[in-house]
Amino acid sequence: MTDAQLDKRLAWISQLEAVRDRQDRAAFAELFDYFAPRVKSFLMKSGSTPELAEECAQEVMATLWNKAHMFDGSKASVSTWIFTIARNRRIDMIRKLRRPEPEDLPWGPESAPSADDTIALQQETEILGRALAELPSKQRQLIERAYFGDLTHSEIASETGLPLGTIKSRIRLALDRLRHAMN
Amino acid sequence: MTQKIQHHLTTPLLMGYAAGTLPEAFNLVVATHVSLCDDCRAALAEFEAVGGETMLDVAPVAMSDGALAGTLAKIAQGDAVVAKSTAARTGPYPAPLAPYVRDFAQWKKIGGGVSQMLLHTGDRASVRLLKIPAGTAVPDHGHKGTELTLVLQGAFVDETDRFGVGDIEVANEDMHHTPIAEMGEDCICLSATDAPLAFHGLLPRIAGRLMGI
Repeated sequence: MTDAQLDKRLAWISQLEAVRDRQDRAAFAELFDYFAPRVKSFLMKSGSTPELAEECAQEVMATLWNKAHMFDGSKASVSTWIFTIARNRRIDMIRKLRRPEPEDLPWGPESAPSADDTIALQQETEILGRALAELPSKQRQLIERAYFGDLTHSEIASETGLPLGTIKSRIRLALDRLRHAMN
Repeated sequence: MTQKIQHHLTTPLLMGYAAGTLPEAFNLVVATHVSLCDDCRAALAEFEAVGGETMLDVAPVAMSDGALAGTLAKIAQGDAVVAKSTAARTGPYPAPLAPYVRDFAQWKKIGGGVSQMLLHTGDRASVRLLKIPAGTAVPDHGHKGTELTLVLQGAFVDETDRFGVGDIEVANEDMHHTPIAEMGEDCICLSATDAPLAFHGLLPRIAGRLMGI
């Protein structure tokens, strides 16, 4: 991995922190210019009309502004976080279903993200992104179709071909530390 | 939780939840299991990361002129803040399940000592709570689609294994099984199906009709 790719991810985090701490509109505009057209595209590929996808993408970016204090770079990349906001808005606005979410964990102030954990998680997400891009196109298309909603759960393969496990292990470790701190 | 969870969510369920494409009934079972299982919580975060990278990979579609200004106006109005539901764990029911139990709250006897509370039907799948008295068997049944059974209290044993609190059994159409609740506490399970169960024998078929499944 080149430093440039990691720097890009760390820059997203700095921009998000500028929005959180200073309501920085220039930083927000940079995040908007990069992510809003991708959220819109993702929603259109998931079957939304361009109008609804546009509206939903704006809502997603507004949520990013409002919930910037909830982002934790040691547990997710900004791309992952925005994806989950987009997914949730899609269920709320387009599918109009109740959306049960897992119980929140009491992460608390003592588990403020360390810079090392943040860099490691960002690196691992970048590696995952590279691996996804390098999958044979047939396999990558299957994963895309699963996320765009073209496949039912019973059609999704149990083997994805992606090198999964590192992000899971890192988050599992953080959860173990949290459980230990709670006991 | 004193016992370690042995039976976890499958890749298709984790990916389906991460993608937001599961029926509501299955989302409820996944969210409830993840509330009890750190392994699957971590695995889900990884599948969400796959979703984020998939989103970055699509060709961007330009936003309309004035979209940024429009979004800043939305923010200024403060209308994008959605109050998060503040449901808490209630007895054996983890936070995502508690509001459904509160809203439906009706146990109905369905024969053989078994009770059910229907929580949600529609949108391709249905989900219910089942209360099986200790030592009682649920009639032998097969499945047309997928059946998810998550234990919330007590335990059951079937032809495949033992399932305790937090364990999830994912049964597909090849599987016929007769779950039996262990002695001790009554067994409470959260059970979701995306197609009617197929009971074997006349009486269980009638029971199936009573259960609305």
